[in-house]
Amino acid sequence: MEHTTIASGVLKAAAESEPMGAGVDAVPIYPYIPELIFGTIVFALFWWFVAKKIVPSLEKAYAERTAAIEGGMQAAEQAQAEAAEAKKQYEDQLGEARAEAARIREHAKEQGAQIVAEMREQAQAEANRITETAHKQIEAERQQAMVQLRGEVGTISTALASKIVGESLEDEARQRGIVDRFLAELESGEVRPEKLGAGSEQGS
Amino acid sequence: MSATMAAVGLVLPMAEGEHFPPTPGSFWQPLFAIPGTDYAFTRPMLLIAISAVVLAVWLWLTTRHAAVVPGRGQWYTEQVYNFARNGIARDMIGSKDFMRFVPFLFALFVFILLNNLFGVIPGFQNPTMARIGFPIGLTLIVYVMYHWVGLRKAGSVGAYLGGLLPSGLPGWIKPMIMFLELITFFITRPLTLALRLFGNMFAGHMLLVVFIVGGWYLFRTWDPALMAVAIPAWVLGAALTAFEALVQFLQAYVFALLAASYLGGALADEH
Repeated sequence: MEHTTIASGVLKAAAESEPMGAGVDAVPIYPYIPELIFGTIVFALFWWFVAKKIVPSLEKAYAERTAAIEGGMQAAEQAQAEAAEAKKQYEDQLGEARAEAARIREHAKEQGAQIVAEMREQAQAEANRITETAHKQIEAERQQAMVQLRGEVGTISTALASKIVGESLEDEARQRGIVDRFLAELESGEVRPEKLGAGSEQGS
Repeated sequence: MSATMAAVGLVLPMAEGEHFPPTPGSFWQPLFAIPGTDYAFTRPMLLIAISAVVLAVWLWLTTRHAAVVPGRGQWYTEQVYNFARNGIARDMIGSKDFMRFVPFLFALFVFILLNNLFGVIPGFQNPTMARIGFPIGLTLIVYVMYHWVGLRKAGSVGAYLGGLLPSGLPGWIKPMIMFLELITFFITRPLTLALRLFGNMFAGHMLLVVFIVGGWYLFRTWDPALMAVAIPAWVLGAALTAFEALVQFLQAYVFALLAASYLGGALADEH
């Protein structure tokens, strides 16, 4: 096997009719023309296929992806805006409801106070009325008792005095109205019912 | 034997004696002659076709019913798509113009990534981009595209070429900078873009073959000393496979990132 230089290889390859790159003394940087042409054509076909089929579908997917992401963001923004609006609405309603409730409470309080006052007034009136009635009744009963007593006391006193004096004073006492006068004096406070003796002294 | 391997098509083709140590020629794996021409249909051509079909089916199945809420399959696809869309296209081009380049940059990224990963996926184990024809084809598309975008933006060829110059330069230095800029825009960029991807895949695969197939050859000598050496070779081979997977991802990322950077630069208002 002899040494090969590039120059001698080129010369040899040129001289021989053998295909370029063949054999032991081949020059590797000499292209074999069928390979060059064939390789270029194969690559050109592959390039065409990639440009027509592969890149468009991938780029389409990319564009759709971008659009989907952007659309998703838009939808999210819209949803957020809607939520904010709903929240605002809800808060407004809540505020209204609160105000309403406060108003109602205020009203109820007023009404309650009014009712209490009315009731108190009524109760007071009722109490007064009852007290008055009781007073009147008591007065009436007292009067009645007084009248009854007056009669009885007169009779008893006269009877007693008769027994003491020993004669009937009944008619005279009745005539003179002694008992009545005594009782009237007793009532008006002129005679103090301390002792029977004292009372009769004053009365006489 | 190698014919059988080629017919099986998906078995590591360099596991046979006649190919060790690996040479650039090891990457020449014709499967059958294209009828009516002198050319052969090669194994890397089959692999690149498989990669396109696998990617198309995966993307189709996971985005067919692309939904607002992604399923698991769609979610994984979206992670990869977002990486290319936002991490590469939008960051390099700016959010104003990036969308019209997203299909190209996404397709470019996953296409290169799977073809690179074929280098470590059992059964494939051949990074398609180790055949320079494929990186050149992709670079040509990028090259035409960023010049076209720049021309459209500038309005005319003169304005476009004038726009390559940074503003605020002293007059005497302009020709030299113009020369450098022309080299950068028309030669260095496409050259490095294609060679970086190719070189990484090519060299990385060579390295894996050296360690793994080399270990196999050491083992098959049935000499105990050499057989003992085969073990660390395989350990290193496994480690390098993991490392290579990282490189394969990075190269796919770098290629798409630079393509986006060139497109972004062509669209920028100020050079």
